[in-house]
Amino acid sequence: MTPDTDQQRRGPYPETDAAPLPPRPDATAPDGIRPHGGDAALPDTPPDTLPTGRPAEPPRGTTRPRRHGKGLRRLRGPLGIGIVTLWLSVIVLLPLAALTVAAFDEGLAGFWEAVTAPAALASLWVTVLVSAVVALVNAVVGTLVAWVLVRDEFRGKRFVNAVIDLPFALPTIVASIVLLSLYGPNSPIGVELNATRWGLVVALLFVTLPFVVRSVQPVLIEADHEVEEAAASLGATTWTTFRRIVLPTLAPAILSGTGLAFARAIGEYGSVVLIGGNIPRETQVASQYIQQQIEIDRPLNAAAVSVALLAIAFVTLLLLRVVSSRSQRREERDA
Amino acid sequence: MITVTSARKDYGSFTALDDVSLDIPSGSLTALLGPSGSGKSTLLRAIAGLEELDSGTVTIEGRDVTDEPPQRRGIGFVFQHYAAFKHMTVRDNVAFGLTIRKRPKAETSKKVDELLEIVGLDGFQHRYPAQLSGGQRQRMALARALAVDPQVLLLDEPFGALDAKVRTDLRQWLRRLHDEVHVTTVLVTHDQEEALDVADRIAVLNRGRIEQVGDPVTLYERPANDFVMGFLGSVAHLGGQLVRPHDIALERSREMALALDAKVPDSPGVIDAVVERVVPLGFEVRVDLRADSGERFAAQITRRDAAELQLREGETIHARAVGRSSVVEHDPALAI
Repeated sequence: MTPDTDQQRRGPYPETDAAPLPPRPDATAPDGIRPHGGDAALPDTPPDTLPTGRPAEPPRGTTRPRRHGKGLRRLRGPLGIGIVTLWLSVIVLLPLAALTVAAFDEGLAGFWEAVTAPAALASLWVTVLVSAVVALVNAVVGTLVAWVLVRDEFRGKRFVNAVIDLPFALPTIVASIVLLSLYGPNSPIGVELNATRWGLVVALLFVTLPFVVRSVQPVLIEADHEVEEAAASLGATTWTTFRRIVLPTLAPAILSGTGLAFARAIGEYGSVVLIGGNIPRETQVASQYIQQQIEIDRPLNAAAVSVALLAIAFVTLLLLRVVSSRSQRREERDA
Repeated sequence: MITVTSARKDYGSFTALDDVSLDIPSGSLTALLGPSGSGKSTLLRAIAGLEELDSGTVTIEGRDVTDEPPQRRGIGFVFQHYAAFKHMTVRDNVAFGLTIRKRPKAETSKKVDELLEIVGLDGFQHRYPAQLSGGQRQRMALARALAVDPQVLLLDEPFGALDAKVRTDLRQWLRRLHDEVHVTTVLVTHDQEEALDVADRIAVLNRGRIEQVGDPVTLYERPANDFVMGFLGSVAHLGGQLVRPHDIALERSREMALALDAKVPDSPGVIDAVVERVVPLGFEVRVDLRADSGERFAAQITRRDAAELQLREGETIHARAVGRSSVVEHDPALAI
């Protein structure tokens, strides 16, 4: 490896062409597929001045390049939209609608009564509180883990990198047993967390580990190291550089990972069911409350709390979208 | 004055800097010129403190900074790919060095406005880097580096990512800026034309060593060796010597050629050659020739001389070197 990279240095970007921004991993954005119309934003430099290796752009005003085969192209029309709509309806929207209807079976008053029942409120409170703590811890530690995995070289790095996904792949009930064997009664290390809120936190941290790590990692890999060197040459300490240069670049990814971790945490059942102990007002989370209400044949209460969880998740994702699209606009806005 | 003494840097088995010593006078604009992998960027980054030397020392204005981090070297650094802070406006980018030093707001503001005017970006304060062209981004990066009043300004292939037209404009502009600001400037480039155009001193690097240091005219006219000669312009092999193509004269008469050649000391002699091709290049004409020995070379003569000679392909002509200045003994070991 030579320190000079002259071979890249000649390659001129056409003046008007911003150095292409790396695609922002935005796990919360299901509409990641953008129309191909973005090609038109490329500069209208005559093709002969483009460096070789860059495909010549079609002249402006012509239709976008046809990249798809004939059969696939048909999918982009009404048929494709139809399939997507049907799929989302059957899998997501209709069940959600049915649930909402069930929750309002006895009108708004019935719903309100079910949600504001002390035990229901307590379980929602425990859920949100514990999930918020978990999300915050993830934001910090997940970023740190991603940083170490990208920036540091050490033996066994590939192994550690693979282990990150394990809690995600593991059946959650297995996670619960795993944690119980270490932090449960007769803990071999003397730390008994079962039936405490800390137990819940640990269980949820276990299953939400990958979210922040995996959303920050690609952004860090893409991050331009020269920007940090530039900050250092201007007198910024490592900490200042991190706070003012690196963190703002990572913020959307951290936020999106944190949001996903939070959304996952509020709905988690399997991993907390054993270690949590299901103590009402103490460690009973909303999903356990719902399960309990089903068992004692109170479907309305179950549905109402479910809708409340749904609303929390929805608002979380909505906030994420707003924040991330705002920061994205700022960077991509073109003159 | 920047002084680098016995600098050495290895990357595994690759030696980027091999016992390099170099003095860069205060207020000069010095170019580090060399091909890819010659160590020129490593040398610049070592001066900046972005690269740690295996051995050797760096002093800036008499202060030994070898063990100082880049933050404390009093430098400004400009990168090839701008290294713009994308989430900050042009104004915040330029102000960065002052903001983190917690300078008074009014002072920072005044300084930033001044710099933006110097680099021709006033009116762009509130734009983001993504809204600027490459040339504008690089001027912003320059303003940002100058904002902290660096003792030395270090530029790593600053025009490398720009297209040809912008590149020439910007280097003229840099030259004028340097005449105004007078900060000691070191510029890394692999483009000899760029080095000859902007620098008042050039250090030619090859394989981690400095081949020659001097002003552009000296380097072009009195290159120390084959490598420097070959890197600073085109060369022709003429009778075992290297000659600039524009220093080759062609004669119809062998007697005339011999008589004129006798006045040139240490000349490679008169070479008989067959005209293979005559290529008009505008003001000049390039004549591709093949010597009796089979060696091919090119001569560059004026259009008028070419018209007088009435060269035709396949004819034999007599070539001689004019002047002594750009003739170098050919050393195959140093050939590129």
